[in-house]
Amino acid sequence: MRDRMIQLLLFNVTNGLIIGAFYVLMAIGLSLILNLSNVINFAHGGFLVIGGYIAYTLEPYLGFWGALVASPFLTAIIGLAVERLLISRVYGRDPLYGLLLTFGLAFVFEDGTRIIWGAQGKPFTIPAFLSQPLSNEFFFITGYRVFMVAMVTVMIALLFLLLRFTRAGIRIRAGTLDLETVAVLGVNARALRSLNFAVGIFLAGLSGVLAGGQLGLEPTMGAGLLMPSFIAIIVGGVGSLVGTLVGGLLIGVASGVTAVILPPASEAIMYVLMAVVLLVRPRGLFGEEGMLT
Amino acid sequence: MNRPYHAAPLSRRTILKAAAAAGVAQFAAPFVITARAADTVKVGMIDPFTGVYAAVAQNELIGVKFAAEQVNAQGGVLGRQIELLVEDSANDVGTGVEKARKLIERDGIQFLIGDVNSAIALAIAQVSNEKKVLHIVSGGHTDGITGKDCHWNVYRVCNTTKMEANSVAELLFNKYGKKWHFITPDYAFGHTLQEAAVADLKKFGGTMTGNELTPLGTSDFSAYLIKARAANPDVLLVLPQGSDMVNCLKQIAQFGIEKQIHVAGLQQELESLEAMPPEARVGIWMFEWYWKQPGVEGVDKFVADIRKRSGGKVPTARTWFGYTSLMSFALVANREKTLDGVKLAKALGDFELPADVKLQPNKCYYRKGDHQLMTSSFVGQALKEGKSDPEDLFQVDSIVAGDKTSPPESETGCTLQWPA
Amino acid sequence: MSEVNRKLAMLAAIWAALILAPLWMPLVGGYTALGTRVMVLGLAAMSVNFLLGFTGVLSFGHAAWFGLGAYGCGLLLKFVALSTPLGLLAGTLLGGVMGGLLGALIVRRRGVYFAMVTIAFGQVFYYIAFQWSSLTGGDDGLRPFYRQPLHLGVATVDILHDSTAFYYFVLVCFAFAAAAMGFILRSPFGRTMLAIRENERRARFLGIPVEMHIWIAFTLSCFFMAFAGSLYALVNNFADPRGLHYSQSGDFVMMAVLGGMRTFWGPLLGAVVFVMLQDYISSITINWQIFIGLFYVACVLFFPRGVLGILRRKATT
Repeated sequence: MRDRMIQLLLFNVTNGLIIGAFYVLMAIGLSLILNLSNVINFAHGGFLVIGGYIAYTLEPYLGFWGALVASPFLTAIIGLAVERLLISRVYGRDPLYGLLLTFGLAFVFEDGTRIIWGAQGKPFTIPAFLSQPLSNEFFFITGYRVFMVAMVTVMIALLFLLLRFTRAGIRIRAGTLDLETVAVLGVNARALRSLNFAVGIFLAGLSGVLAGGQLGLEPTMGAGLLMPSFIAIIVGGVGSLVGTLVGGLLIGVASGVTAVILPPASEAIMYVLMAVVLLVRPRGLFGEEGMLT
Repeated sequence: MNRPYHAAPLSRRTILKAAAAAGVAQFAAPFVITARAADTVKVGMIDPFTGVYAAVAQNELIGVKFAAEQVNAQGGVLGRQIELLVEDSANDVGTGVEKARKLIERDGIQFLIGDVNSAIALAIAQVSNEKKVLHIVSGGHTDGITGKDCHWNVYRVCNTTKMEANSVAELLFNKYGKKWHFITPDYAFGHTLQEAAVADLKKFGGTMTGNELTPLGTSDFSAYLIKARAANPDVLLVLPQGSDMVNCLKQIAQFGIEKQIHVAGLQQELESLEAMPPEARVGIWMFEWYWKQPGVEGVDKFVADIRKRSGGKVPTARTWFGYTSLMSFALVANREKTLDGVKLAKALGDFELPADVKLQPNKCYYRKGDHQLMTSSFVGQALKEGKSDPEDLFQVDSIVAGDKTSPPESETGCTLQWPA
Repeated sequence: MSEVNRKLAMLAAIWAALILAPLWMPLVGGYTALGTRVMVLGLAAMSVNFLLGFTGVLSFGHAAWFGLGAYGCGLLLKFVALSTPLGLLAGTLLGGVMGGLLGALIVRRRGVYFAMVTIAFGQVFYYIAFQWSSLTGGDDGLRPFYRQPLHLGVATVDILHDSTAFYYFVLVCFAFAAAAMGFILRSPFGRTMLAIRENERRARFLGIPVEMHIWIAFTLSCFFMAFAGSLYALVNNFADPRGLHYSQSGDFVMMAVLGGMRTFWGPLLGAVVFVMLQDYISSITINWQIFIGLFYVACVLFFPRGVLGILRRKATT
């Protein structure tokens, strides 16, 4: 009995990491936008759904792989348009306006998806070789999950390299600390924010395609995935991408483990974790005091 | 960061674009109000057209609209045309209650249909009861509606959870195994469904290896599936509905669990099966109505009629719920020649649906004691691909009559209190 | 007209409109129940604004306290005592006290961070209400309970079946809460709140315990919110988790912004416009959400000061 329990626990830690990886992908995009532009993007879930649906629409023509590549770019282009047309207008204003604007956009996206693709969920198929478990014993590690984790790892690594070694990346990091000074130094803050937003939405679109392979594609799916990302950011500390990364993995593992011990609390544990972090370390695990206050 | 980096004023073009987008949406939006005529019989419908139940609610609306069209073409109700007033409950109880009051108090409807969401159905039943308006719950399954929370003016078309459990349990037990494991959505509907199934299981002498309670809106079921598989049951019963079920079955298929354990469940819907990729369409289920019933009177015509109105989609159980709800009202009002709520509610007890409305082989009638429609269960298996039609995703093995699945009136806990 | 006269005239107009609502509402296609609902939601929006407009602190999870108020009221009526006033008291206390406790935890956060943490904490209560179905009824909501007749000593008023009587009952509650809110805002404490809103750093240098003040303002706002929530439970004879959800919070903030954040009565006006609009559009098309969404966008871009904000600016220039 005890052996089985430990085995179960191990299963769930691995599994939690897999789930956490997915939260991370979503939360990092959200975090990028929040850090540089001070906008909590409530429409992030909406972009995720659009990413999923675009992939669904493209799949018959481009196949799964084509859709996987094309959809995030198309989503990012839509995101860029939305940012230029609407969101850029609330930069520098009270964060309240960014919240309300994206909150309204979330409605528009959800209903827009319903108008275009219908309220009925859509079946998004993934290649057969991915939708199988790798081994009988570790049946919960399917090809698709491994693929997802690999994708997330590669994307996060790329993102961190981009932020560290490219000019734009360094500017984004500097802007996160003090955009005003960066702008005074002659950097085009407007372009920087747009680029940053597009990268964030690219990640949301990618999350959408990946989620579509695992979950049912339907207009309301984004809203449910938004809250764990929020918590990941709070736990990790606002302003720190590493924090978001750790936060996402942490809540994934926590909810995975709790699902074994006390299933009804598997979601509540994320909130408990957040409360504990806020009590013990109010700025979050990797947050710096003074950041975004 | 208090200074805006740029404050480009909104150009006229942006505004025009927004206006154009709104205009396009106008045309895309299916307008739901029919022309308001002077002397009409007003029928109200409340359903969650936005939110997670949007797909099934929209199918109910197709059924209701078709019924209204048919009734009106045949001379209406008491010689008056039906005017349909449709309101979105937005899957929110407060909104639903508000809309019920609006329809009853301001618009003066004579008959109310709705809601898919059990909680809203219960709440608006309270309002319709207070205002003495005949009300048929089209798609809310929780037992209370025709059980301990029943009202004299409230009838229900869809099954109770008890009926759903009873329809499948025996077959599962005899054919697929004695050890059951449950995946249950953690809210009232799920709990009653699971309890009903366990009661049947115990009666037959089987055992439950475990019950995984999953929060509504769960997207990742792997943790529960790991536990379920470790318990090594004969049958895994998947009870979540809607997108939760889609997610769960998708993951079951990816984990290959259906190859080791029989996957089954109680309620299954065409809307859900269509939202899944083929490999996830597995298991033994009950449908509350199915569009393919060879040789049953009127079904093919109904399917053809609905297809003309739904862009080629076949009717689902939900379409039939909506259709039957409104037809029941029209038929009973025309028979009794009255619109009085109390008289109609009395007359609807023991009312039997005619063949062109019931669209199923068994007898189909509203029970007098609890106001539950005795409708058949369609038990069978999910199909990966439709053979003759892409929407033929279910193979019906047996059709069980409603009075066989339903507990006797005395066990429902319903006592109707009629107004003095 | 002088400033004072104009203010008095506006006050008189507001109260006259509220008192006479059951008479004029049916004429413009409304109904009494809608009036009751608008007033309760308006009170909630005013409570959000108490914090947002007058202290400058954005809580985007205030629906939690609203919903807790509703549950407190409903639980008391269902399990403890059949008394409407006690229900209101229980709801107000539950929401207010919980708000106060959690407020202490997060009061040092500011801006977006504060907004995010309030959203997340709001969801905790949503989650509890949703999960603890043995007590709260879970997704099916808390039922059955009914608002009880009022015993006023000389007479008993049936507020359950008489919707006009209930409207006036809610109006009296509303007047009481609005008066309390106005009184606090005019007090030295209220002035300090404004000082913090205008310049937190300066307020701090002046020796004002900023955190303490924000916490008290937050807690008071939670109490008002919970009071509104308790009334909402009476309006519906029902409480359900959706009342705690962050989307509900968003609606409240929107109402406050729409009407005019820095004005006392703005949120009420915002609630009137918002509820009427939603009620109207959702009757016409099932794709009403897209219009509400675009309306949000339009408000943020074109009317950030809200209706009263614009009127006031016009009046002063």
